[in-house]
Amino acid sequence: MLTYDLVIVGGGPAGLAAAASAKRNGIDSIVILEREPELGGILNQCIHNGFGLHTFKEELTGPEYASRFIEQVKELGIEYRLHTMVVDIDASKKVTAMNREDGLFEIQAKAIILAMGCRERPRGALNIPGYRPAGIYSAGTAQRLVNIEGYMPGRKVVILGSGDIGLIMARRMTLEGAEVQVVAELMPYSGGLKRNIVQCLNDFDIPLKLSHTVVDIQGKERVEGITLAEVDNTGKPIPGTEEHYDCDTLLLSCGLIPENELSRGIGVDMEPVTNGPAVNESLETSVDGVFACGNVLHVHDLVDFVSEEATVAGKNAAKYIKNGGKHDEPSHPVIKMNPTGGVRYTVPKTINVDNMDDQITVRFRVGGVYKNCYVATYFDDELFSRRKRPVVAPGEMEEVKLTKEKLLAHPDLKQITIKIEEA
Amino acid sequence: MEKRELTCIGCPLGCQITVEMENGEVISVTGNTCKRGDVYARKEVTDPTRIVTSIVNVDGGTIPMVSVKTRSDIPKGKIFDCARALKGVAVQAPVHIGDVIVKDVAGTGVDVIATKNVEAAE
Repeated sequence: MLTYDLVIVGGGPAGLAAAASAKRNGIDSIVILEREPELGGILNQCIHNGFGLHTFKEELTGPEYASRFIEQVKELGIEYRLHTMVVDIDASKKVTAMNREDGLFEIQAKAIILAMGCRERPRGALNIPGYRPAGIYSAGTAQRLVNIEGYMPGRKVVILGSGDIGLIMARRMTLEGAEVQVVAELMPYSGGLKRNIVQCLNDFDIPLKLSHTVVDIQGKERVEGITLAEVDNTGKPIPGTEEHYDCDTLLLSCGLIPENELSRGIGVDMEPVTNGPAVNESLETSVDGVFACGNVLHVHDLVDFVSEEATVAGKNAAKYIKNGGKHDEPSHPVIKMNPTGGVRYTVPKTINVDNMDDQITVRFRVGGVYKNCYVATYFDDELFSRRKRPVVAPGEMEEVKLTKEKLLAHPDLKQITIKIEEA
Repeated sequence: MEKRELTCIGCPLGCQITVEMENGEVISVTGNTCKRGDVYARKEVTDPTRIVTSIVNVDGGTIPMVSVKTRSDIPKGKIFDCARALKGVAVQAPVHIGDVIVKDVAGTGVDVIATKNVEAAE
């Protein structure tokens, strides 16, 4: 059986940054296992610009951002295997994978970083009535067809869901000559970044219909049209508001789900809100030596933060390996994170102060749109910080930074509460 | 006095900016968190520009398409001219990030460059 100190599952932005970080922190025996024929993950099909402002202080396209990290991985001499699909990981950190050259093979790892990314929510999960004709694609599938393979999936398009990929594809299809008639969003607010609404919809006069959904799909062989209806505040279509659109293509951009089949196979504890593993301050799951980062952990808006998170995971995996694959007993009570009052979850879920760097970034999402509010942090019952925010929304990840110094000043701290408070 | 509401695109924060104008002159910019927002807002109301990204065909490469972008931003009104100019363009592999694909696209004075490495197929 092959042995490596560190096996990284996935060669997208998370896997690449985690690998580079582990190597820089002293681990030489690393392998990245990637299913696709090239490294870079989903960035390869994200040809639009807007990546890397935080990391590189310049605006790059997806492939350019990926190539910066691919170059690092190559310069650091990190091994990777392409066309390689991981089929199973067990709790003893034995990885079973396969590819055409090696067939089915096993790797015994000392530590594993899960970096498998996420998948789009498919039509089957959306309960849209109507026939099942050709011409219905998830927005990411359409993106791959147009940008990687060079095919146009259709000419007259309706998009359901205002997630970022849907917005990006509205512009992309328009530039390639398609007529994008409307973007419909079930919620009363968009799940996409503001900049994408400006640059992808407003620039091309594509209407965004909030609180609308598709209630019927017409066409037996190919999509011929769809019916939109307004929904009430419980998400139920309002009779009499139906509107028909002739179209040959319906794109779905209705959310992303972390891809955790392998994680469940290992038996790591899952966080039901994110659909990702529950992790501690080291981004380590409930199984010792198994770490997670990027969209497999929780879906991000910005790749810069994926790279940042993955760098932390790589560093901690290196620390775990160098410590002989064990953890020291914590010298303080492990602090529990308590998301409440509008905050849906936090990553991490627990903090062991001994294991954290000088500063830790707690990332979270809110459950609704709150204007002129405070992000409040409590150490047990005592108010620690209160940051004014003009607006927080579910589509944009939020963060709170905590320093080791401040946490050590509260040696009996058991719980940190993060919540949204009205101004 | 004219008021324009904008969403800043300088970074993914997307600040809501209000620009007050009189006779085509910017009087005030508010709502931005950084200098970039101020610069963007003044530009957006007087001379809006965008970076355009697309793909072109590659002959003899490991993959059929290569992604491209305008090296810098071009006038917003030239977006479709730029997209049309890229229709039917094909380049020979290998292509590397930064290679010029189309010079002076649509008379903007801006080159379209490759944003991905595509090696020649063996």
